[in-house]
Amino acid sequence: MPPRRILSLWLPALAMDRHRLLHGPEEADRPLVLIADTAHGPRIEAVGGPASEAGARTGMMLADARALCPAIATAPCDPAGDRAFLEKLAVWAARWGPWAAIDPPDGLLVDVTAVAHLFGGEAALVTDAHEAFERHGLAVRAAIAPTAGAAWALAHHGPPGSILGPEDACGDGPLAGLPVAALRLEGEVLTVLRRLGIRRIGQLSRVESGPGGRDAIQRRFRNRRSPAVNPLLRLDQILGHAPEPLVPVVPVMPPLVQRRLVEPIRHRALLDRVLGDLAEEMARELESRAEGARRLELGLWRVDGEVTARSLEMAAATRDSAHIHRLFGGKLDDVDAGFGIEIVRLRANWVEPVARVQGDLEAGAERCGTSLSACIDRLAVRLGEGAVSRPVAFASHLPERAQRWQTPLSPEPVSQGELAFHARPLKLLDRPEAITVLYATPDGYPQRFRWRGKVHDVARVEGPERIAPEWWREKGGTRLRDYYRIEDQVGRRYWIYRAGLVTDGRGGLPGWFLQGLFA
Amino acid sequence: MSRSTMPADKLAAPRALAACNAGRSARWCPGLDGSGNSSCHHEIFASACEASGAAVALALALDGWHHRPCTKASEGEDRRAVLWVQTREAARLTGRPYGAGLPAELRHRLVHVLARRPEDALFALEEGVRCRDIAFVLGEIGGNPRALDFTASRRLTLAAQRHGVPLYLVRLDAARDLSSARLRWQVASAVSAAPRWNGQAPGAPAWHAELFRARVHPPGEWLLRDEGRGLVAERLADAPDISPHAISA
Repeated sequence: MPPRRILSLWLPALAMDRHRLLHGPEEADRPLVLIADTAHGPRIEAVGGPASEAGARTGMMLADARALCPAIATAPCDPAGDRAFLEKLAVWAARWGPWAAIDPPDGLLVDVTAVAHLFGGEAALVTDAHEAFERHGLAVRAAIAPTAGAAWALAHHGPPGSILGPEDACGDGPLAGLPVAALRLEGEVLTVLRRLGIRRIGQLSRVESGPGGRDAIQRRFRNRRSPAVNPLLRLDQILGHAPEPLVPVVPVMPPLVQRRLVEPIRHRALLDRVLGDLAEEMARELESRAEGARRLELGLWRVDGEVTARSLEMAAATRDSAHIHRLFGGKLDDVDAGFGIEIVRLRANWVEPVARVQGDLEAGAERCGTSLSACIDRLAVRLGEGAVSRPVAFASHLPERAQRWQTPLSPEPVSQGELAFHARPLKLLDRPEAITVLYATPDGYPQRFRWRGKVHDVARVEGPERIAPEWWREKGGTRLRDYYRIEDQVGRRYWIYRAGLVTDGRGGLPGWFLQGLFA
Repeated sequence: MSRSTMPADKLAAPRALAACNAGRSARWCPGLDGSGNSSCHHEIFASACEASGAAVALALALDGWHHRPCTKASEGEDRRAVLWVQTREAARLTGRPYGAGLPAELRHRLVHVLARRPEDALFALEEGVRCRDIAFVLGEIGGNPRALDFTASRRLTLAAQRHGVPLYLVRLDAARDLSSARLRWQVASAVSAAPRWNGQAPGAPAWHAELFRARVHPPGEWLLRDEGRGLVAERLADAPDISPHAISA
């Protein structure tokens, strides 16, 4: 398994960049600041380059800044909008790796383990990221390191575009020269460290390895459990000694194939061609791992930054490229290509082991018929997810509850055997239909009733079969049911029931319903 | 679309016509091989107020399945599935299949498809008959939708013949329109025989079935019964003799 590589992207001027993208550049003679209203008056939340030169700082009160530079222009800041924008960026940043996360308030983390070769190495990947953000008018600082903490530290405080190799992390590497603020600590802890005379990460690790060492720091911060206030924990996270819950462990990389296109695609025929190539490549990839895909995800990155995703779930694991291609083909009709699609990526999120077998060729399918799983996949794609199902027994006395529908080909749940003397109808109506009883015998069942506008005379009857309500599930006022199996004068066989008894005190006269049709 | 070519129309040559007449004299009876080319596509007309359509379709399908020719491939246990396709309208009218009421051998192999439109149902039927892991396909479509015209039924017949998967299409409350089905039935529930122990109760199901179009059998009427030991047919009457060109299905 290759060592972990994390790409950290820091957008130092996220709020200002976003404001500029939305409202155009700021005026030359009026430096812009973004403000938020606080209890003590408006406070500056973000400053641009000109405002910074004029003396405005983040966290300053607007009145103080006005005193320094009266020409300052203001606009309200929008943290929620920034956050939403960052979330969208995180999805977009997944173009550099299969997994991306938000690093609030203004950063992104991308897991680029074992994908750098797709971009021509890690240096090229970082350059690519810088260029892509620049194209969208966003300032960014990127860094790659073995842990999220180290990548964050390098992105914020290291030289731009720095890359930390898997072995450089420990000892006096590039990390030692960074300020302790690169440990992502809170302000008061930084103050404590400054008073102790510790300004660089290297000094901290030297204290740690010195006499008394770790215990000395540990004693001072013994009550601090959270990593944000405990420099030792942060140091361990940066060096990879302690796990960082921000980054999930990804034990196996899902099979992933992609095409970066020189000329963005705008037509469906070309997209089909690319998809066919990807499906074949994916089939080879899956075959080499002796696996088959159950869920596939197709990502389409557009030139203008939009990402379209299509996912596909299959009834049985497969690596038949023609089958995958055909199923996706039906889902691409409504894709908006915009100015063109520049990256197409196919990823198998859910794989299952499949032994190597002889391929099911299309000619074979034409001659011998398709397999059941292929047939079900085609039906599910054309008719929708819930359209194909199979009935399974469920432990309940109520007829309509005793059957559930589940996806075909999934294993049937264990159930108790049916009682052989319970006659059950061949078909059950979706909901019981009320019938009008025209004439009932004293002992209970109707002699003549009307259903769907037709009058039926009951010729034969068997019953009642009493089914009590499930008191552990239903409300107390639910009425019991007396089921009768009847046959009318011409031989039509039905399953009817009376809901309740006259004397049960749970409502008025009991109603009659028709629920099932016998063979 | 299956690109199979039909064998040239047999009725064209006089000798073939004679052979066909000789074949037609073979009266339909239960136990005929269900997977033969001659009976791959059944159409069963029934009322939507009773379950006789689906019940007769199941009875015929099981009858054909039990009498299928033994081949080397079928020596092992037959684990093929059964596809039951319903349009939403048909499911609303006559309900959905209920596992506990199905024949025991079908309970665990049923795959149910609920189609929104008749076009989708036809697509599902065709996919079903083209699948080698399906024993038979049962469809339920209400009325006479525009999509189910002669071309569509011909297409289904050809696909069923080519892949040897029998198709039983139940038409609920439908008029007898043009169709290429090899056997066309009109069925209704009939009064059941009194059971042995409780004379008041409904007995083993019985249906009145009229075969009104068939390519190789003369038309006729039967009383079908399913008493747990296979399909039993009791002949009621012969249909009046009609000219051969009206018989070609």
